[in-house]
Amino acid sequence: MSEHGAHSSKHTLIALVENKPGVLNRVASLFRRRNFNVDSLTVGRTHKPHISRMTIVVDTQRTSARIVAANLKKLINIIDVNIVSEHPHVSRDLALIKVRTDDVDSRNAVTEVCDRYPARIVDIGTKVAIVEITAQEDIVESLIEDLRPIGIVELVRTGVVAMGRGIRIMDTDYEPPVRVAAQNGLERYGV
Amino acid sequence: MMLTGAEIIIECLIREGVKVVFGYPGGAILPTYDAFYKYRNQVHHVLVRHEQGASHMADGFARATGQVGVCIATSGPGATNLVTGLATAMMDSSPIVAITGQVPRAAIGSDAFQETDVTGVTLPVTKHNYLVTDIHELAYVIKEAFYIARSGRPGPVLIDVPKDIQNEKMDFVYPEEPVRLPGYNPPAGATEQDVQDALELINNAKKPIILAGHGVMMSGAMQQLRELAERAGIPVTLTLLGKGAMPEDHPLTVGMMGMHGAAACNYAIQEADLLIALGMRFDDRVTGNLKTYSPNSKKIHVDIDPSEINKNVKVEVGIAGDLRTVLSQVLPGVKSNSHPQWVGQIRDWLEDGNERDILNNYTGTKLLGAQVINDLWRYTGGEAITVTDVGQHQMLEAQYYPHRRPSTMLTSGGLGTMGFGFPAAIGAKFGMPHEEVWAIVGDGGFQMTMCELATAVQENVNINIAVLNNAYLGMVRQWQEFFYDERYQSTPMVNPDFVKLAEAFGIPAMRVTSRDQMAESVAFARNHQGPVLIEYVIEKEEIVYPMVPAGADLHNMIRRPKPGEKEGATA
Repeated sequence: MSEHGAHSSKHTLIALVENKPGVLNRVASLFRRRNFNVDSLTVGRTHKPHISRMTIVVDTQRTSARIVAANLKKLINIIDVNIVSEHPHVSRDLALIKVRTDDVDSRNAVTEVCDRYPARIVDIGTKVAIVEITAQEDIVESLIEDLRPIGIVELVRTGVVAMGRGIRIMDTDYEPPVRVAAQNGLERYGV
Repeated sequence: MMLTGAEIIIECLIREGVKVVFGYPGGAILPTYDAFYKYRNQVHHVLVRHEQGASHMADGFARATGQVGVCIATSGPGATNLVTGLATAMMDSSPIVAITGQVPRAAIGSDAFQETDVTGVTLPVTKHNYLVTDIHELAYVIKEAFYIARSGRPGPVLIDVPKDIQNEKMDFVYPEEPVRLPGYNPPAGATEQDVQDALELINNAKKPIILAGHGVMMSGAMQQLRELAERAGIPVTLTLLGKGAMPEDHPLTVGMMGMHGAAACNYAIQEADLLIALGMRFDDRVTGNLKTYSPNSKKIHVDIDPSEINKNVKVEVGIAGDLRTVLSQVLPGVKSNSHPQWVGQIRDWLEDGNERDILNNYTGTKLLGAQVINDLWRYTGGEAITVTDVGQHQMLEAQYYPHRRPSTMLTSGGLGTMGFGFPAAIGAKFGMPHEEVWAIVGDGGFQMTMCELATAVQENVNINIAVLNNAYLGMVRQWQEFFYDERYQSTPMVNPDFVKLAEAFGIPAMRVTSRDQMAESVAFARNHQGPVLIEYVIEKEEIVYPMVPAGADLHNMIRRPKPGEKEGATA
């Protein structure tokens, strides 16, 4: 149940990575080097301090998602990779959209557009307002197109995060070794 | 035991069984060199003349022995000089560990003297790399680095060690527990389904062919490969790095495939109904035009690296696994078979190739590169370890020096690194001191790393250097002749007098200009302990045939004309 259309060449991958310096650089370098086409890449911490999680949307017209996943798996610091878009999943993109609201018409128009979306106005003044939306990527894009005629002056998106539905759990048993320095017996080393 | 970081480095090298390292000192690595002094009776340090040489020597050592080669350099320029060697090892899956000094931790990021972001620079050309930020991690990192370098698909690993960590002391206990890396699990064997699918294809093929690569030797699957070929009656073709995977005098060995491979191999691949690709990666030099590559065959691909499966060539059965394990799983189900018609067809193609072979047709008087290589094969009994550089002499070696044993032909295949041959030969000799080692190099590539002549003398390395001198960058010249209307831009070379040059280093040398000196030249080389250089002055405009032009269909080779045929005819 891909959220993208049947003919879309986009795939969403999830990577569990060791929370170490330079891992994002390794992933970015891999995509550049292999000429993989990245739509978006997000990274954040998980409920385990030593594990970070990346959501990567790739255009797989040129290279299959499986090749991308196999290459990601080759990186030593990547613990697991899953092509989440091959299975039922939930994906969300967050956008903050600053629009012109310097007259009554534009203010009314923004309110009216936002009512049709799971969007809300989180800041409003006499010149501009900020609209926030958290939704599937295509819905976010639709909102942006509806706001465009009113006058978008600034826009930021987080990129897609995704999670498989149901009991399909993406997790790892990995615990970093506790390395006790022999010197003083106190210092602990995470990964 | 209180040790400095520098001493820990060497303690760890000793634990990994390292007896020789190749390197060059400098400011940021000096503490480690001081530790080498302390441990000088346990680890031998070879002083190179350029860090690139150190990385190629470590690579040559690794390729010859199958063990991890170690090179060492200082920060900044020392480390960046290793990069070509790391990229070479990466492309050919050669296990090396490079240790580089880094500026002290406090200075990192300040553009300090001889500071370079070495982990950043080497990230794409290493299997993995480390910047050590804590002395307590050092031993774990070194242990991991060796494990990563030699396991799975081998490759180079770099460890960058700040100078202050080399100086710092800690109470050291060697980490005895095995390496545990959560994200690193090289595949083992095939699934039962994979095995059945492969057997179905193997047992029913009419025109099967095996494509054997470097992976055969790296997984130690020579015996299994031979059993498969012999039992199922399947002819074997070799990649450039696969030379030695199957004895080349075996009746089922056809020869090398690819751009300058035997035409018979390329025709067979195009005609086959089953390709069994073992430990090879369908490099573009092997496949030619992918759209027309082996159009009528089903394909089985076994490689340790899952990302190689379906990368260039789509296959029916793709097995990510260790080749020896996978072949051992498959072999019990392989039915005894023979394909006399198919093998006969390949023999006909080989016979056609023999008719075109320059060695059977040459009427000129100048010494040919092909003759030199073939005579080196003859007079060394085909038993030497040959280490080539890159270019025409490399392809001639592949064509005219058949190897019987694995890991006796070392060459930079993937990256095509000119300058590799000579230092890699020094490394190979350190790894295999009882073998006869020949560096076979061209005049162009040799001049890129010939400063290592001094290293060879200082260490009294008993190797023979064959310089095939045609006063051209021969392979580039060949492309210019074929594809650039003979505009020989920047390929003619004004060379030094290689004999005098060698003598200036204190190396016995000999110049050979005709074929009747060949036996004498090999005897000359063998009679001297230590490095010997022989310059073979060869025909300037020799062409390596056959040739699949870059991107052309594999069967559309430029062939050497048969006697009486028009020059440049395409078969």
